[in-house]
Amino acid sequence: MGRHALTLTLSGFAILCMLAPAQAERLVVSLSNHRVAVTSNFTGEDLVLFGTIEPDRPRAALRDAYDLVVTVTGPRQTLRTRRKERVLGIWVNIDAREFVRVPSYLAILSNRPVGEIAPAETLRRLQVGLDYFLLPQRIGPDTADTVRDDPFRVAFVKLETENGAYRESASAVTFLTPTVFRVAIPLPADTSTGNYAIDVKLFANGDLVARTTSALEVIKAGFEQFVANAAQHYGLLYGIVTSLMALMIGWFGSVVFRRD
Amino acid sequence: MQIYLPIADLPVNIFLVLGMGLAVGFISGMFGIGGGFLMTPLLIFIGISPAVAVASVASHIAASSCTGAITYWRKRALDIPLAMMLLSAGIVGTASGVWLFTLLREVDQLDLVIGLSYVTLLTAVGGLMINESVQAELRAHRGQRSTLRRPGSHNWVHGLPLKVRFKRSKIYVSAIPVWGIGFSIGFIGAILGIGGGFLLVPMLIYFLRVPTATVIGTSMVLTLVTMASATVMHAVTNHLVDALLALILMVGGVIGAQFGARTGQKMRGERLRLLLGLLVFAVGLRFAFELVVQPDDLYSLRLVGKP
Repeated sequence: MGRHALTLTLSGFAILCMLAPAQAERLVVSLSNHRVAVTSNFTGEDLVLFGTIEPDRPRAALRDAYDLVVTVTGPRQTLRTRRKERVLGIWVNIDAREFVRVPSYLAILSNRPVGEIAPAETLRRLQVGLDYFLLPQRIGPDTADTVRDDPFRVAFVKLETENGAYRESASAVTFLTPTVFRVAIPLPADTSTGNYAIDVKLFANGDLVARTTSALEVIKAGFEQFVANAAQHYGLLYGIVTSLMALMIGWFGSVVFRRD
Repeated sequence: MQIYLPIADLPVNIFLVLGMGLAVGFISGMFGIGGGFLMTPLLIFIGISPAVAVASVASHIAASSCTGAITYWRKRALDIPLAMMLLSAGIVGTASGVWLFTLLREVDQLDLVIGLSYVTLLTAVGGLMINESVQAELRAHRGQRSTLRRPGSHNWVHGLPLKVRFKRSKIYVSAIPVWGIGFSIGFIGAILGIGGGFLLVPMLIYFLRVPTATVIGTSMVLTLVTMASATVMHAVTNHLVDALLALILMVGGVIGAQFGARTGQKMRGERLRLLLGLLVFAVGLRFAFELVVQPDDLYSLRLVGKP
């Protein structure tokens, strides 16, 4: 009985080994800073991710050329995209779509345009690039991503790109040597706080050959954190304190500038 | 110097915001108004979302009207019983305003309602002020004396029941229009982020015949309390009051108001009203322009929630 089970396990393992893609590379990455603090003088920050492409086994051959795509996704949020139309001469929000649990920050960083790295089918399957990243919309009772040229999706990506929250850069990844790379990750000034996932994908000849992940955390620090936390969790107290502050400053003003 | 605003979630130049506070404070001191109708649009213009702007300006107006109210209180130019009666309705108005504000935000029509209300209110009030002061100027030019307030002149408002006597203002009026005015000022203030001083003063003069000696002081007390309570209510329901932004605005506003008041005292009343009328009208036109002209981008985003 025990021997039978062992044989079964071994044969299962052998099948798994045969099915797994023959990976010859692995990625080793290191982020310059895993924790970004948003303080009162925060105006954005550039993070740097360093990495190397290493052979999976000793003396395994490496390929001539690699492509690298890094996808950074910020904490999820739900947004409404509204469309204005002219009604009786004025512009009014008429139609709206809700984008459910989409990243508040999305950066697709690569060494050349993602369209040139892999065929569209591969990009779609791996969700690489702004065109192929899954952005679910609430449509009726359920949620689904639409075709990529859906007007609301296009407008959403355009607005987020203008805000600096979404970006696709074909020059953010630099290969220092054929196997050593540097990735610049720009965080804008209005970066949301929370956990950010970094997904690093290595391509060769249009195929995914290796993949690794990393993460970073953006936190509000010091006074900013205190104020934001108070406003969210102690609304009444926060409001009263703000009002009292107004009265104090008003009173102070009348005392300082008193002329009698 | 950039400073990061914790609730508005964006960095602003501290000197720019302080300068805006000073400029609006100067104007508010000069004309004896809160200046919310200028401050809210300015904040929206530098990229702060309308909702945060409206909620934060409320506390800024509370600070500037506090300074004013204390000054008038020292001069005994306040009618406390009248202010209290206006207030009792004003608080109800503010609460209803905050409720409608939340509702409009839910259905994506807050910006439209703010825009439309600004256009209607500001062009109407500005137009009336310009008209009135131009006629006063013309009368002065022709050498006629301007018509003084006749104590005996009554309008339909004075025919209403529930009469109350206000000793300091020397008026005997029905409580109904007093409540009506208090309610509407509180309501408008909470939705539009304006103190309503520029509406309240004319209303008190025309409807209730409150004498000029007590009208500004009384209106400032009302503004102070409605705006302080609007701050608390906005903080509780929408969590949108940015205390840091408000603090910078307040400091600028209180200093600016002092210099504005000195400049204002050197000018003639009619001239001052004409200037204010032009200013109010221009801001109204600016909003009308925004509603009518096709926006650069037909689409806009609004944050629903962070899961």
